[in-house]
Amino acid sequence: MTLTRESVYEVLGTVMDPEVPVISVVELGIIRDATVDGDEVSVTVTPTYSGCPAMREIEDDIRTALLKAGATKVHVNTTFAPAWTTDWMGPEAREKLRAYGIAPPGRAEQGGLVTLTRRRSPVACPFCGSSDTRLQSEFGSTACKAIHVCNSCRQPFDEFKAI
Amino acid sequence: MMVQQTTPEAAVSGVTTAAELNVAGTRGPSFGEPIVEYLLRLGDDRLILGHRLSEWCGHGPILEEDIALANIALDLVGASSMLLGLAGELEGKDRDADALAFFREGVQYRNALIVELPRGDFGFTIMRQFLFDAYSVVTLDALASCGHAGLAAIAAKSLKEDKYHLRHSSEWVVRLGDGTEESHNRVQASLNELWRYTGELFERDTIDEAVAAVGITLDRDALHAKWESIVNDVLQRATLTIPEKTVMASGGRRGRHTEHLGHLLSVMQSVARAHPGATW
Repeated sequence: MTLTRESVYEVLGTVMDPEVPVISVVELGIIRDATVDGDEVSVTVTPTYSGCPAMREIEDDIRTALLKAGATKVHVNTTFAPAWTTDWMGPEAREKLRAYGIAPPGRAEQGGLVTLTRRRSPVACPFCGSSDTRLQSEFGSTACKAIHVCNSCRQPFDEFKAI
Repeated sequence: MMVQQTTPEAAVSGVTTAAELNVAGTRGPSFGEPIVEYLLRLGDDRLILGHRLSEWCGHGPILEEDIALANIALDLVGASSMLLGLAGELEGKDRDADALAFFREGVQYRNALIVELPRGDFGFTIMRQFLFDAYSVVTLDALASCGHAGLAAIAAKSLKEDKYHLRHSSEWVVRLGDGTEESHNRVQASLNELWRYTGELFERDTIDEAVAAVGITLDRDALHAKWESIVNDVLQRATLTIPEKTVMASGGRRGRHTEHLGHLLSVMQSVARAHPGATW
């Protein structure tokens, strides 16, 4: 089978985020480019968080999937600019997150310095939909998540934080 | 220290060569181009502070805070890996981020003194974190639009993460300062001790002037003013007072460190040095 840019993206669409296995690396927005030269494939990836330990695993998964799809050589390059933002995640990916029990990210703050006394609008509970929720901590089980608690259904839940 | 004789292949895989370790005696600039020295300052600050924070893993005062400190440590070590990686590339001696992190001596470290101080109690850790986060956010914000494309990209990425760090440490400073008498006294004592290490963060030397040639021109006085306005605002809400007439400590940027850095490195570097080039 001859690989094309489209077929490479199709394959990448089956490579899931190891921490959030319902969305693919394409949906996550970290695939910045892919080029095909005969049987050789180059994929450019941008990291989510600087220290995210899943990045290396993601690179291995990308390599394995493309080799399995017929590539003879796979180069995975890293780029830092433009910096990854959760704004690159489309509506479908957000709905998948919600169905999986993770509140999708809101819009990322643009520019400027940090607002120290930010009053966040409450994040809707992914289980019962209530907006009567409270932020427990902006740092959660992985670099990309915050912890909330729903006051209505009493369920703690993760939020994929906007960055 | 035992020095490993290594082959060129080993050097590529992250083990430094004997000749490179022999420059340990110099305390002045010893990494060639000023930009390399400049990147090491930025990278070492984050690596050493990240390591200090990681010491809390499993010891945080509450579960959420344990997780938060570990997350912040991870971001900082991740940022240092990008910065040291770029430093190694520009140095051109086949040293990657791991080689620079694990096979330099204390005198070759370029971090500011404030990040190497022992973690102290939780109040000390949070106060140090706040003073550093505010410095980091104003600095990265400026570097994100500097003329050095490689550094600007790393700064723009780290800035997003550091804004989360600063909000977190600010909230804690207010909560502890404006909390109980005990928590107030502890963070005030931490502030009194830490203040003398803040001057170094805004020092300017020949390296800062030299990197103007590659497009990095930070106005340290303007950054200092921005930092002060963030710090004053939060400390005021926290009912804390900045100590007066402090003599500022300095030396980290030139490899003159406190006794604490050596102890930290002996832990941080031990595995990499016991098993040079090991992978898993």
